Amino acid sequence: MGGAGPAVPPEVGAERLRVGVLASQGDFAAHVRMLAQLGAESMEVRTPEQVESLDALVIPGGESTTITKAIERDGLRPAIEAHHAAGKPIFGTCAGMIVLDRLHLGLLDATCRRNAFGRQIASFEADLEVEGVGPEPMRAVFIRAPWIEEHGPGVEVLARVDGHPVVVREGPVLAAAFHPELTDDSRLHALLMAMASGRGAGSPDAGGERKGAS
Amino acid sequence: MSERGTFRVKRGLAEMLKGGVIMDVTNAEQARIAEASGAVAVMALERVPADIRAEGGVARMASLKVIEEIQNAVTIPVMAKARIGHFVEAQVLQAIEVDYVDESEVLTPADEANHIDKHAFEVPFVCGATNLGEALRRIAEGAAMIRSKGEAGTGNIVEAVRHLREIVGGIRRLQSARREELPSIAKELQAPLEIVEEVAETGWLPVPLFCAGGIATPADAALTMQLGAEGNFVGSGIFKSSDPERRARAIVEATTHYKDPERIAAASRELGEAMRGDDIAQLAAEGELLQHRGA
Repeated sequence: MGGAGPAVPPEVGAERLRVGVLASQGDFAAHVRMLAQLGAESMEVRTPEQVESLDALVIPGGESTTITKAIERDGLRPAIEAHHAAGKPIFGTCAGMIVLDRLHLGLLDATCRRNAFGRQIASFEADLEVEGVGPEPMRAVFIRAPWIEEHGPGVEVLARVDGHPVVVREGPVLAAAFHPELTDDSRLHALLMAMASGRGAGSPDAGGERKGAS
Repeated sequence: MSERGTFRVKRGLAEMLKGGVIMDVTNAEQARIAEASGAVAVMALERVPADIRAEGGVARMASLKVIEEIQNAVTIPVMAKARIGHFVEAQVLQAIEVDYVDESEVLTPADEANHIDKHAFEVPFVCGATNLGEALRRIAEGAAMIRSKGEAGTGNIVEAVRHLREIVGGIRRLQSARREELPSIAKELQAPLEIVEEVAETGWLPVPLFCAGGIATPADAALTMQLGAEGNFVGSGIFKSSDPERRARAIVEATTHYKDPERIAAASRELGEAMRGDDIAQLAAEGELLQHRGA
C-alpha cells in the first residue's frame, strides 16, 4: 500500500456501514481489509444471523462449488435472499459472481460460464476500463475466471473482455469476474459502499482510491 | 497489456483456495467424491502417501493418464506432484495444464542439493516447509504457496503442529526483532534479507500458508486453522478412512467453522473409523521420515 494511510471513506453519515464478507471459503480476508481501509465496519460472516445485521454483503472469490455447498449446508440462502429483497447491495467477485447467477442464488439475471478463459495457465492480469469508477483503468486480475455468457435486459454491463461482460450491475447487485481485492484499487468496493448508503444509484464516480498497480 | 504467469496471478489462485480443503485423489471416482464433498481442489496422485510409505520403491510424478482422467472428471483445480528438483516433471505438468504443481517431499527426491527454479514457470508451485527459513527459501525460489510439511501418510497430526508452530512462531519473532537484527536473523534462517524484512513488516508470509501431513479428523483440521493455517491439504486421511465422503464433508465443514466447537462437534459425529495412523518415533527410528527431504 502507499504511505498515505486509509482512503477517505465515502460520506456515510454518522454510522459506519456494516459490510460483511461471506467467509465460508475463499479470499474473504483481502475483502475485509480493503473495506476496513474504506472506513467500513467490515467483518467475516459465516452464519445466517451474521448476515441479517449487514448493510452490504460481499461474496468473495474462491471455489464456486465449495461456496455454493456451504451456503446450502449452513442455511445461508434465506438470509442472503432477505438481504437482497430489502434492497441492500451485494458485491460478488469471480466465484461470488457465479454464486449470484440464475443457476445458483438467482439474484443476478445472468448465466456465468465457469473457467471461461481456461485453466490456471490462462489466468492473467490486464488493464481494464470499468464504467462508473472513473476514466483510469483498473488492474484486473483474472484467476480461472468466469464471464457472463448471457444476461437479461435489466443487467447493465460495466466492462467487457473480448466482448464478454466481466463487470455487471443489476439493482443492488454488483459483480466482477476479476479480483480488485488482490490489488490496491478499491473503487468497486467504494461503489458498493456508496450503493449501501443510497448514493450509488446513478453516481458515475463513487470515490475509492486508485493507487499505482503494484 | 495482458500478462500471464505473473507472481500475483500465481499467488492469486492460492488466495482463492483459502479456507478450503485440498484432497489427495488417485482416480476420477475419488475426484468426483472430493468435489461433491466441497473440496476446493484435488491433488492427483498415483498412490496416496500411506501407500507410498507401505509399498516403498521410487515414488515419481503420477502417470499422465491418471492426471488427465482426474482433470476431465472435475471442474475444481487439479494439482499434481513433481519430485523435488525434477524440473522436467514440472515442465510436463505445466504442458498438460495442471493448475498447481506441488514440489513434494512425498515423492522420492530427484536432486539432493537444488529445488526447482519456480520463477521460470507460468504454472504456480506449492512447496512444503518445516520452519520459517525453509518456507522463505522456497518463496525465494518462486513458490506461490507454502504448506507445512507435517509427516505425510501417517494420520498423525503431531508433526504438522510442530511445523506450523515453527513457522508462525518464527514470524512472531521477526516482528518483535529490531531492524538492525534482521540481517543476522536472515543469515540464521538462510533466507534472503529482502523477504525477511517483508515478513517482519507485514507480520505474515508473502504467500498463503496451508497445512499438510497428518490431518485425519475434523478436529485436526480445525486445530491447524486455529494455529494459523489458512487452509488444509488432506491426503490419506480421507480415502484411507471407512466412509470417505462423509469424512471429507466433515473436514470441509470444520475447516470453515474452525472457531466454533459446536459445529466441529456436529461435524465429528458418526464418521466411522479414521485411518489407523503411525507413531512418529517409530518411523524416525526406522529412518522413514519424509519431512527431512529437501530442506
